[in-house]
Amino acid sequence: MLAAIGAESIDALFDDVPVGVRLGRALDLPPGKPEQEVYGYLRELAAMNVSAEDELSFVGAGMYDHYVPALIDSILARSEFLTPYTPYQPEASQGTLQVMFEYQTAISELTGLPVSNATLYEAPSAAASAGWLAHQQNRRGRFLVSRGLHPHSREALATTSAGWATAVEEIPLADGVTDPEALAAAVSDDVSAVFLQNPNFLGAVEDLEALVPVAKAAGALVVVQCDAIPLGILRPPGEFGVDIAVGEGQPLGNRLDFGGPSFGFFATRQDFIRRMPGRIAGQTTDVDGRRGFVLTLQTREQHIRREKATHNITTAQTLNALAAIVYLSWLGREGLVELGELLLQRTAYARDALTAIEGVEPLHSQPVVREFAVTLDADVDAVIERCAADGVNPGYPLVRDYPEFQNGLLVALTEQRGKADIDRLASTVQAAVREAVPA
Amino acid sequence: MAEASYPSDLKYHEEHDWARIDGDIATFGITWYAQDQLGEVVFFDVPEVGKTVRMGDPYAEVESVKAVSDVIAPLSGEIVEVNEALSNGPEAINEDPYDSGWMVRVRLSDPSEVDSLMDAAGYQESLS
Amino acid sequence: MNTDPTSSASTGPQPTETAQQRDRARTIFERSQPGRRAFVAPRLDVPTQDGLLPDRFRRTEPARLPEIAEPEIVRHYNRLSKRNFDLDTGFYPLGSCTMKHNPKLHERVAALPGNARLHPLQHPRRAQGALRLMWELQNALAEVAGLPHVSLQPSAGSQGELAGVLLTRAYHEDRGERRTKVLTPETAHGTNPATVTMGGFELVKLGTSDRGDVDVEDLKAKLDDDVACLMLTNPNTLGLFDPAIEEIAHIVHDAGATLYYDGANLNAVMGRTRPGDMGFDIVHFNLHKTFTQPHGGGGPGAGPIAVSDRIEPFIPRPQVVRRESGNGAGPEFDLDFDRPKSIGRLRGFQGNYGVFVRSYAYILSLGFDGLQEVSETAVLNANYLMARIAETAGEQLPAAYERACMHEFVLTGGPMKKTFGIRTLDLAKRLLDYGFHPPTIYFPLLVDEALLIEPTETETRETLDAFAEAIGEILAEAAEDPEAARNAPYTTPVRRLDEAAAAKRPVIRQAL
Repeated sequence: MLAAIGAESIDALFDDVPVGVRLGRALDLPPGKPEQEVYGYLRELAAMNVSAEDELSFVGAGMYDHYVPALIDSILARSEFLTPYTPYQPEASQGTLQVMFEYQTAISELTGLPVSNATLYEAPSAAASAGWLAHQQNRRGRFLVSRGLHPHSREALATTSAGWATAVEEIPLADGVTDPEALAAAVSDDVSAVFLQNPNFLGAVEDLEALVPVAKAAGALVVVQCDAIPLGILRPPGEFGVDIAVGEGQPLGNRLDFGGPSFGFFATRQDFIRRMPGRIAGQTTDVDGRRGFVLTLQTREQHIRREKATHNITTAQTLNALAAIVYLSWLGREGLVELGELLLQRTAYARDALTAIEGVEPLHSQPVVREFAVTLDADVDAVIERCAADGVNPGYPLVRDYPEFQNGLLVALTEQRGKADIDRLASTVQAAVREAVPA
Repeated sequence: MAEASYPSDLKYHEEHDWARIDGDIATFGITWYAQDQLGEVVFFDVPEVGKTVRMGDPYAEVESVKAVSDVIAPLSGEIVEVNEALSNGPEAINEDPYDSGWMVRVRLSDPSEVDSLMDAAGYQESLS
Repeated sequence: MNTDPTSSASTGPQPTETAQQRDRARTIFERSQPGRRAFVAPRLDVPTQDGLLPDRFRRTEPARLPEIAEPEIVRHYNRLSKRNFDLDTGFYPLGSCTMKHNPKLHERVAALPGNARLHPLQHPRRAQGALRLMWELQNALAEVAGLPHVSLQPSAGSQGELAGVLLTRAYHEDRGERRTKVLTPETAHGTNPATVTMGGFELVKLGTSDRGDVDVEDLKAKLDDDVACLMLTNPNTLGLFDPAIEEIAHIVHDAGATLYYDGANLNAVMGRTRPGDMGFDIVHFNLHKTFTQPHGGGGPGAGPIAVSDRIEPFIPRPQVVRRESGNGAGPEFDLDFDRPKSIGRLRGFQGNYGVFVRSYAYILSLGFDGLQEVSETAVLNANYLMARIAETAGEQLPAAYERACMHEFVLTGGPMKKTFGIRTLDLAKRLLDYGFHPPTIYFPLLVDEALLIEPTETETRETLDAFAEAIGEILAEAAEDPEAARNAPYTTPVRRLDEAAAAKRPVIRQAL
């Protein structure tokens, strides 16, 4: 090969690298290992983790241990979905493009908003991207965010907007939901967008019908971060006049994977179509009149628009979107509703069971669908450790993000937690609260 | 429009825009060469009436499938009329760049600027 | 119209469709039939309560999802998958994408329940395997980059770039300076300028020399104390290593600016040189390029960053750290949120862990010796392919720059267009009929009718020869019949698509 190139040696191919920056030694890493050793070592590491396989887990707070049906594993393992690149040559990428189109259709249905892209990375950065769109749209600099918006979304918005927003202000909660009076007082014509979450981080269903008009009173955009599964039974954000809906895609057929990769969905009203970030698949025909799909409105994107692009994103979480559309097809029209009703009932049962325990009070009494918050009359970390010893993970300690809820616990349900599991949760928490040092 | 054409009654700016002068009102658009370079136009964001334009500065954008181009104002003034039909029918820019593909009408702020534009022959020569 | 050059049928186009072409696209929604279903809901095992959710919060109509059973779902997506060309099937020389083989072990380790079913908010004490994996990956990436501090948080290269620009902003503000401009070469990947805008900076473009390198005089002219950062890729998007990098780093640092490395082209240099040693302050990695996370049709990926000491205080939180545990039981790994100068977070939780598992498996498998071999072979393969194409098509598709390339190279289709009247686009479409994915086309913008080719190290010589020969055949065909390429492809599931119509009247969801 070197002869064909006309080079003396491989070293000669690196002649352009100045001597001063040549490494001149081997990389300080171990030598390569046979596959079986790599597998053995990584299996050891994985065994050090306590996953939902090893304990009875009620942790949610943005990602949920839903059952991922086996057909998703087999479909995602297909090389033809797993290994190709972005569909820039559409004639040879109809599989990927049609998956994107089907996914976009499903997200529009769930959110009640007509324009969906083919995913962003995950929810908090999708929320930040909504802020960027709002800023590009109305050039205002102030953001209002409900304290009920996921803490990671609030922080991602603040971090991402550091170069162009003037302020990111929090609207407090009152009894577990966004305080409507505080919102009304804060809204003014320098607000670019108002961010809400439904159900909010504490699991409470927010009254969008009341909040959205207040938020829009001075011309701001309204962004709502949603949980996709409850959207089976909750009225979709589009029906409330919400401008942008974002959300975490992980619950839709994707694994927990210690936090990623997953996807963020992003849907808007029609007239934002040319401001959308990310890839969009569109339907068209080929020269012979066959129906086909292409990436469309590419002039929004970085590879064409460069510094004037709607966003810098290139990657779409396409494989994760495939899992989502397969999952939603598997659940089906009725299945998503049944799942929502099941969660609604079991969550109520769980909240009743826990709050019946002495030393456990509801943190709020708002309607909940799949997640709720309680406050313990005991040190929450001690309770969690005691429960862990019994193989139960009772929930997420709210104090990590909400210092005002010192011994708050956020408890999540999926369809994988049945009555017997909830009963076991209750008895374990009861024992733990009894034994723990009083708060 | 299949064949290159550069009407003699128009004035031309080096950034491939034309102007049709009628007293102190001028109509602007892009030349045959410009639309040919762009390929099929898929979107034209019609600017707003009342906007000020400056000779040599971009006042709008025109999009094909794979490219976005600035549309440069050949003369300075204030937009008094826009071609709304281009919102739904941007193909007029390719098919009829000098008539139904017109983009904006402007009240000129400095008619003497017209003297610095090229005529059809001069523009055509500049293309070769 | 079956113009498959690889078929042994009689010569010339045949008026038949392929089976796939005959099989018209139908969406999953169109396969829906009322009453069909796959999901069996768990039994409602708790007492039913009424009034849990006020009616005004409830949907009035179910979302119109498909009604379809498992066998039909599987069949639909299997058939759909076959309408994709993929890397496991054929050569995919997309410049700037690093389409290298995805080792199958990676899926096995990512699927281990200890990884796949681990909740991101699990107590660190009970996620030691995951945190240790992340910490070890950080160290390995630090060694490859030559920069000591790594954050695995960013979700992809673009988010890594945004992190870099925000880190730059934080760094300057901490020093009491407010700088407003960021420089990128005109050859930069589009994400660079888009990132500059999202970071709230003003973009300033740098020219390119005749040799394809940064125009250093232009850089000197544009560097002032309002410049926050210079963003570079080295080798650049033309596949060329800039020999003046030391001087560039020197003058950028003298001007008080940071130097950012877009790691998209890291596959060319591992074990040979390191961006940290070249003088870069911030580097992002594309784990889905150099470290072979499967591309998945466009994602997911990951874009970790490595930074120098002076940038370290500002890196995103949380950061994976290693502490000596108090009880002498050995080190503990933890998530450190106590970072007062951190820019904060760009995304939720701690990043795309599933991607980390795969990339770390790759690094363990290759080791120091393998990673160096990767880069050397990538560069060898690219130069070899460039030489072979010069033989089969050199007059019509000359190299844009007459010098040795690194892991990728750019050809110009200008002469081909003049001679035969076929464009780079037509060549690309005709390559599909030969069973190859085309290279990147029309990028970088600097080169007329550009063709950016990156074979990667996992391709055999035979594949590279076949590709060069296919190009030769397409040109020979164009000499006789340019229409053949202009109307290509013929054998893909759909033929050339009307992208203009899709942009003019976008239809982006099914009408239900």
